[in-house]
Amino acid sequence: MSDETVSATAITELPSREGFFKPHRIVLIVIALLVVFCAVWFMRWDWVPRYAGRLAYGVGVTLLMLVSTSVLGFLLALPIGLVQVTGPWPLRMLARGFCTTIRGTPLLLQLWLLYYGLGSLFPQFPEIRNSFLWPYLREAWPYGVAALTISFAAYEGEVMRGAFAGVPRGELEAARAFGMSRLTVFRRIWLPRAVHRALPTLNGEMVLQLKATPLVATITVIDVYAIISKVRQETYITYEPLLLLALIYLCLTAVLVVAFRWFENRIPTRGA
Amino acid sequence: MADAGSLINWSLLALDPPGWGGVLLTGFANSIKIAIGGYALGLTLGTGGALGKLYGGPVLKDLLEVYTTVVRAVPELVLILILYYAGTDLLNRLSLALGYGSVDISGLAAGIFVIGVVQGAYSTEVLRGAIRAVPTGQIEAARAYGMSPGQILRRVTLPAMLPHAIPGLSNLWLIATKDTALLAVVGFSELTLVTRQAAGATKSYLLFFCAAGVLYLLLTLFSNMVIGVIERRYRRGLAGHAS
Repeated sequence: MSDETVSATAITELPSREGFFKPHRIVLIVIALLVVFCAVWFMRWDWVPRYAGRLAYGVGVTLLMLVSTSVLGFLLALPIGLVQVTGPWPLRMLARGFCTTIRGTPLLLQLWLLYYGLGSLFPQFPEIRNSFLWPYLREAWPYGVAALTISFAAYEGEVMRGAFAGVPRGELEAARAFGMSRLTVFRRIWLPRAVHRALPTLNGEMVLQLKATPLVATITVIDVYAIISKVRQETYITYEPLLLLALIYLCLTAVLVVAFRWFENRIPTRGA
Repeated sequence: MADAGSLINWSLLALDPPGWGGVLLTGFANSIKIAIGGYALGLTLGTGGALGKLYGGPVLKDLLEVYTTVVRAVPELVLILILYYAGTDLLNRLSLALGYGSVDISGLAAGIFVIGVVQGAYSTEVLRGAIRAVPTGQIEAARAYGMSPGQILRRVTLPAMLPHAIPGLSNLWLIATKDTALLAVVGFSELTLVTRQAAGATKSYLLFFCAAGVLYLLLTLFSNMVIGVIERRYRRGLAGHAS
C-alpha cells in the first residue's frame, strides 16, 4: 500500500486549531451538542456504570494487543524488508511471497486459519501437548497476537523494503570508504537511516492496526469490542453500546495521533 | 503420522454436495458481488465527497470532514455493525411509517450499502488528493475558454486527475475485496463465513481455510494484473512517473 492510501484509510492528523471557530462552526457545534444531549437524555445509558470496570479492562487488552503486535511486527518487518533488498534470491522470493500472501488475504481469514486450523492440529501431536508451551497454546490470545503480528510485519515489511532501498548509495559507500565493516555500516548507517525514513508511515500503520484489533474478539479474546458484544447480549440494547464503542475507538485513535505528533516533533529531521 | 496424501481429504472440496467446493464458490461469488457493488457505491460517494470537500460551502466541507474522520478512525468492524443494524432498522421503520409493512432487506443490498459507505470515505480522500494534483492552470484555462463547471469537471478535472488517482483507487479495490470478509461477523454468507461453516461441519479446518485463502489470493493477483494494464494505459505520456 502506498503512503497515500494509508492516510486515506487511517486518519493521521488532527484538525488545526487556528481559525477553528468560524460562525458556521459555532452553529454546527451547537447542533452537535444538541444531538449529544438528546442521545444522553433519550437513550439508555444505565448499564454503563455496571460495566465500567470491565470496559476499562477491555480497553487495556486492546491497547496491549496494539502495542505488543506493533512492536513485534516491526521487529519482524526489519529482516523481511532487508532480505528483499539485499538477500539471496531464495530468501528474497520467500519474503516477497510472504508479503503478497498476507496482504492478499483478509485478516479475519488468517486469524481463523491460525485459531481453528492450528488450534485443531496442535492437540494431535503429543510432543506439543507435553511441552511447556501447551498451557498458552490452549488459550486464544497467542493466536490473536500471532495473526496481528504477521499482518503488521507484512504491511510494514513492504514499507521497510522501500526504506532500505531508499537510503542514498553515497552514504553507504562513504561508510565503506571509512573502513567500516559491512555489519558496522548496517548498524551505524543503513538501519538507523532506513528506520528514520519509515517512521512517518508508522503513524498510519498503527492506526490501521488499532482498527484491526477488534477482530480478535471473534476468537474469544476479551477486548473492548468483546465486552460491548457481551453488553448487547445481556441487556438487549442495540445501539447505545455500539455508539459508545465507536466513541472509545475515536478517542484511542486521537490519543495515538497526538502521541505520534509529539514524538515526531522530538525527532530531528533535516530536509526530509 | 500418516503421509500427506491420506491426511488431506481432497474429496471434501468436490463441487457436488458431499463436497463443499460448490458452497465455497457461491460464497466467493457473493464476496465479489459485494466488493464490486460496494466499490462502485464508494466511488460515487467519493467523487461527490471530494468535489464537496474542494468546492462546497463551509457547512458541507465540515460535515464531509466529520464523515471521513469518523470512518477513518473507527474500525471497519464496528462501522459495519452500526451501519448494518441501524440501516436495516431505519429502513424498516420508514416503510412501517409509510404503511408498507416491514420489508425484508437482502443481505446483499445491506452488505453493498455498508461497504459502500466505508469505501466512500476512503475514496473521498484519495480523489481529493488526486484532484488537487491537477495543475490549477489547466482548470483556469478551461474556465477562460468559457466552459461551465460541469464541462470543466467532465473534460479537464476528472480525466486529468485519473492517473494520480489510480494507485490509490486500486489499493481501495483490494481493501474492498478483503473488507467483505468482515460481513461474516453480521452473518452474511460470503466466502469467509461459508468457509467456517464448511470447516466446522467437516472438522478439516486447515484445508478449508487454506482453500479460501487461495481463492482470495487468486482474486488479488488477478486484480493486480488488471490494475497493471489499466495503470500502464492511463500513465502514457505522463512525465516523471516512469516507476
